[in-house]
Amino acid sequence: MSHKILEIQNVKREFKMGTEIVRALKGVSFDVQTGEFVTIMGSSGSGKTTLLNMLGCLDQPTEGIYMLDKVNVKDLSRDELARLRNTKIGFVFQAYNLLPRTTALENVELPLMYNPAIGTKERKERAIAALQAVKLDGRFDHTPNQLSGGQQQRVAIARALVNEPVMILADEATGNLDTRTSYEIMALMQELNQQGKTIVFVTHEPDIASFSTRTVMLRDGRVQKDSPNVNIRSAREALSSLPEADDY
Amino acid sequence: MKIINLIRLAMKALQRNKLRALLTMLGIIIGVASVITMMSIGEGSKQSISASLSSMGSNMITIMPYSNEPGGARMMGSNIKVLTIKDVDAIQKDAPAVARISPLASSSGQSIHGAANWPTSIQGVSPDYLEIRKLSVKEGILFSNQDVRTSAKVCLLGKTVVDNLFPNGEDPIGQIIRFGKIPFQVIGVLNAKGQSNFGQDQDDIIIAPYTTIQKRVLSSIYFNSIYASATSEDASDDAVSQVSAILRDTHRLRQGQEDDFQVRTQAELMTMMNSTSSMMTALLTAVASISLVIGGIGIMNIMYVSVTERTREIGLRMSIGARGVDILLQFLIEAVMISITGGVIGVILGVTAAIVLPAMLHWPTVISESSIVISFLVCAVTGIFFGYYPALKAAGLDPIEALRYE
Repeated sequence: MSHKILEIQNVKREFKMGTEIVRALKGVSFDVQTGEFVTIMGSSGSGKTTLLNMLGCLDQPTEGIYMLDKVNVKDLSRDELARLRNTKIGFVFQAYNLLPRTTALENVELPLMYNPAIGTKERKERAIAALQAVKLDGRFDHTPNQLSGGQQQRVAIARALVNEPVMILADEATGNLDTRTSYEIMALMQELNQQGKTIVFVTHEPDIASFSTRTVMLRDGRVQKDSPNVNIRSAREALSSLPEADDY
Repeated sequence: MKIINLIRLAMKALQRNKLRALLTMLGIIIGVASVITMMSIGEGSKQSISASLSSMGSNMITIMPYSNEPGGARMMGSNIKVLTIKDVDAIQKDAPAVARISPLASSSGQSIHGAANWPTSIQGVSPDYLEIRKLSVKEGILFSNQDVRTSAKVCLLGKTVVDNLFPNGEDPIGQIIRFGKIPFQVIGVLNAKGQSNFGQDQDDIIIAPYTTIQKRVLSSIYFNSIYASATSEDASDDAVSQVSAILRDTHRLRQGQEDDFQVRTQAELMTMMNSTSSMMTALLTAVASISLVIGGIGIMNIMYVSVTERTREIGLRMSIGARGVDILLQFLIEAVMISITGGVIGVILGVTAAIVLPAMLHWPTVISESSIVISFLVCAVTGIFFGYYPALKAAGLDPIEALRYE
């Protein structure tokens, strides 16, 4: 029972840099169905970041249509965009972006703080459930500097999950992590995907892309290739095939 | 975000930078504390002035000669000879708002008793004078109207004079002292009154019947001034106009001619003194308020720093759904918390100072609730005013740029 969660039609985005007009996106079209695990790839300058900002409702297209869960993002005000980000999108960043000196639990609770419909008790329960889902039981009271990079990224993923978004949007989420931890995070992502979460994962590493169900390649502001992956690797298997960590 | 969560958030942010928050508050603390201290000193001196003025007699009226004739050598008011017993009698008879009246003929000179002597002034008055000036007899008796009629050589001494003429503590009553060459019998001693507001020793006087002073000391029929009291404080203004009308009549002043006397009430004096002290208070308060403004600028400065420092945090909050107004309120509440906490500490310090100062420096202080309320409100407004711009800056950040801010 999948339906279109994302619908992008001929999206263009232009920036004015002084007198010059920079065309970051020159007409991008693709759809994402619920339950897909899409990686968006591209070298730097391909419009990857611009597209990500747009998908994350941080930016709006100059031209074209972007429908997120049947809402046209183009006509929304700043506050409406904020509401959309709060309820429909879960962000995972490369640099984790956790609040320093704030416990894991409080970090995960944060998105729910901006949702007035959710009370204190429910907020805590959902944050605990999200942390359990990323297997961080017993680390609720740890602050980011007491956690490893992988654990911090797990907290960030829990934070992205907690508001039950229609889509998790990851921006180079494994960029700061070593191979082993990257695979651990990807295993978690795959697990979440199997549970029905839609994931859009922006990366430039082909290795990471091979864990997803579909890859969209961007080049010069256009979609160069958009194809389902034939050989989807299992991150769990990749993890077990890694040599034993004897270098530290 | 709910206000209660925002407040919790602000408290956490302040706890994280305790020293910085305290230093930021310092301007506000000093501002509020000094405003409250200054205002309580001002209020205290105002009240002590009115207390001592009313101890001099709150419905007292003084009538003094006054000349404003243009040209020629101007004379000191007390040397102008216009007030006579005729004026006193006329006022007593025709001014219903005047309760008591006493002329004053005074002379300064040396008082002598045995080997002791003391420079002082002798005041020739009628028995009503004591009531008007709120003086009272401690020992002995007051001279009578009979003494006034006969120009009796009797007198009452103030405490300072007693102390200086009778240094060994002998009983002055019944003793003969001399003022200049004239011998007076001491029939009473006045209760001590202490210093007046103007720093004058009110106990350094000798009181005698005015007829005695006029005839035997001054050889003059004129008075230096006339003291009267109105029937009540409210009747003071009536008394002044009645006295003025009577004096213009007895002095035969034509229409358009200026008064050759002036009539003053205590109320006028009180207003005058109060306006001086109000001005001082306003001045001091203005100076203190400047530090409040500087404190506000300090808050603004730190809030700008804080916004820059937490740009990424702001970006993150926006990306997970914070609206501009959420960010605005977060920083605004933080600024207001700094200023209000500073205000509370300032109020405590100010009130402490106002309590300690009288004990240490003998300055009278009265803590007015209004000064506390006002400075507290000013604080809150300062926080909002100076916190608003940094908060607005935070709320206006572009989430994309804020997220990638290094």
